[in-house]
Amino acid sequence: MEIYLDNSATTRCFDEVAALMTKIMCEDYGNPSSMHRKGVQAEGYLRYAKEVIAKNLKVNEKEIFFTSGGTESDNLAIRGCAYANCRGGRHLITTQIEHPAVLQTMRNLEEEGFRVTYLPVDEKGCIRLEDLQRAITGETILVSIMHTNNEIGSLQPIAEAGALIKKMNPRILFHVDAVQGYGKFKIYPKRMNIDLLSVSGHKIHGPKGVGFLYINDKVKIKPILFGGGQQGGLRSGTDNVPGIAGMAKAIELVYAGLDDEVERLYQIKEAFVNGVRKIEGVTVNGHCDRNGAPHIVSVSVEGVRSEVLLHALEDKGIYVSAGSACSAHKPQPSATLQAIGLGKELLGSTIRFSFSMFTTMEEVDYTLKVMYDIIPMLRKYTRKK
Amino acid sequence: MFTAFLIKYAEIGIKGKNRHLFEEALAQQIKYALKRCEGEFKVTRTQGRIYVDALSEFDYEETVEELKTVFGVSGICPVVYAEDEGFEKLAERVVKYMDEVYPDKKITFKVQARRARKNYPMDSMQINCELGGAILEAFPEIKVDVHKPDVLLNIEIREKIYIYSIEIPGPGGMPVGSNGKAMLLLSGGIDSPVAGYMVSKRGVKIDAVYFHAPPYTSDRAKQKVIDLAKLVSRYTGPIYLHIINFTDIQLYIYEKCPHEELTIIMRRYMMKIAEKIAKDTECLGLITGESIGQVASQTIQSLAVTNEVCTLPVFRPLIGFDKMEIVDISEKIGTYETSILPYEDCCTIFVAKHPVTKPNLNVIKRHEQNLEEKIDELVQTALDTDEMIVVNWEK
Repeated sequence: MEIYLDNSATTRCFDEVAALMTKIMCEDYGNPSSMHRKGVQAEGYLRYAKEVIAKNLKVNEKEIFFTSGGTESDNLAIRGCAYANCRGGRHLITTQIEHPAVLQTMRNLEEEGFRVTYLPVDEKGCIRLEDLQRAITGETILVSIMHTNNEIGSLQPIAEAGALIKKMNPRILFHVDAVQGYGKFKIYPKRMNIDLLSVSGHKIHGPKGVGFLYINDKVKIKPILFGGGQQGGLRSGTDNVPGIAGMAKAIELVYAGLDDEVERLYQIKEAFVNGVRKIEGVTVNGHCDRNGAPHIVSVSVEGVRSEVLLHALEDKGIYVSAGSACSAHKPQPSATLQAIGLGKELLGSTIRFSFSMFTTMEEVDYTLKVMYDIIPMLRKYTRKK
Repeated sequence: MFTAFLIKYAEIGIKGKNRHLFEEALAQQIKYALKRCEGEFKVTRTQGRIYVDALSEFDYEETVEELKTVFGVSGICPVVYAEDEGFEKLAERVVKYMDEVYPDKKITFKVQARRARKNYPMDSMQINCELGGAILEAFPEIKVDVHKPDVLLNIEIREKIYIYSIEIPGPGGMPVGSNGKAMLLLSGGIDSPVAGYMVSKRGVKIDAVYFHAPPYTSDRAKQKVIDLAKLVSRYTGPIYLHIINFTDIQLYIYEKCPHEELTIIMRRYMMKIAEKIAKDTECLGLITGESIGQVASQTIQSLAVTNEVCTLPVFRPLIGFDKMEIVDISEKIGTYETSILPYEDCCTIFVAKHPVTKPNLNVIKRHEQNLEEKIDELVQTALDTDEMIVVNWEK
């Protein structure tokens, strides 16, 4: 039995997506920049993708730019805006719980002379609007806040933050990293005052190596990659046609039955949270109810090292993550878990379960049963003090 | 430019009547290493030398790198062949050689001719003088120094004439396979791959055993050990790697014995299991990466207690090395980068805060009696579930 509960790391690709991509790679493999018919045919796929995404976000097609994924979208948004707008000021605002693609870009800009404020979060992993309001200065040019936290699933008050930012200074740009939230929530940038929105393909049953960045038409931004001048010169490089079309297909499929699916995921999450809480010494981090994301549950298990629990679950065919996959190969404790004030002894005892459309209630029941069995056994053999 | 290599070997030369066995083993190992290189080569043994002739186009750098991994090779001399077309032509060729190999002419040199083919019209002294003269005439900046020359230019008159002056140091030691086989206890650390390298350098073929403890250690930790074995096999040839599941034994010891003694008792069982496999696979000794005093389980008292379970000799080539010296070798042989990947191995997972550093054998043995009920069965199960894989270097 294989139960994949690591969907925040990546997801299984839809069969329809894989089929479409195979067709594009083997038959309609032209370069959209070519003048001949094959090129025009390939360009058609790009147009189709832009149409799907623009409709989904209720934005204009020319505001969609394709990238290699979440990391590139975040880099392009933050770096491109910082460079293009630094005459207006050199102050940036973000949160302590961002993905490394945002945090490390910010750190790097600090070395280049920008000033960055990292907003703290409460014990549920949400920023406070008062903190944001206090952080904004006349020098602020960009605020970057993630939609859904990748480790504990906390949702940030994006619409409220957007309104607040624009009320204080309409020139401040608002970037949202929606890599974990897109595909679970309807996100409408124009209504939420979002100027830039990062999305990745492989978190929503699309292919890896592709993503997009929504950029409001009015935003001043500079490219970070240079070359053949594709995508209006903002993002050079031959368009990844199969990836882009595959991502668009995945978006169509995911959003087709979104409301029912999200309801189903919340039921799965509730069942899992209730079940896991029956184990002594187990706490669930972040919002366990519908105030949090429907697909992410962060669990701290007293007295069991996360790595050991992960491998013990793996042994039973259950795949989960210790912290988040993006930081699991580094021995440092997670910034997000520290930011929500998790005790030192629990930092190394926290694992993440993340669900998807393919997750069933039976799988969750089985997982709970396995945890009831193995956690007491693992606790018997821990490092003695 | 070079079309052949003269392979020098130091220690084999002093062997007595069985010298040819060592030479044959070395030639075999060289052939084996050359299989990994592009091009075709012929390896010949003549008059106490081994020559590697390139029969086709080859990549010089790559070939030298591979030859440098063959134990027993003390030096690699790239050779230029010249046809015997009279002395004039030879002098021209030698001058050209000097020009190509030494673009910077601020050097001293000496010609050393050897006449294996005695019907050559000039004797060695004459050849030395005449060629030296020709070089001096061509390059006035070059000077002769007969005592300590920068360049010792060798001219060997055989069927063809061999010209060489460069000697690239080899790893030394003895050809693998000339000194039996031993079982290496391979962890994921820095030391054990180096220990395997060092014993193998003395001509010993290596097998290895790794203890893993799922779910406490991960598949990545196991893959890391396989990768390390692969890196070591570049020098040692194919390694039979035995992977032993140690979890149940470890947990049983944890349950039944004092916590401070966990590591030392674990190590005694690892040695026992390693020795069992060693004896079954015709290994004549065990190899560990231990160094006196490096950690609690490697104090001289601990080593004595661990050693007590074995009847085979235990080779500890790093016993007198400091950590930094071991790191230097691991960097040189290319295992360091892999060794420092941060995956937990089974020795560290349950380690006590203050493990015993001066264990007493009688006390340890008394505590091991607590294990009597199940330990033999657990050891047997571990041996029965031995997962053996053959690991071999590939680029």
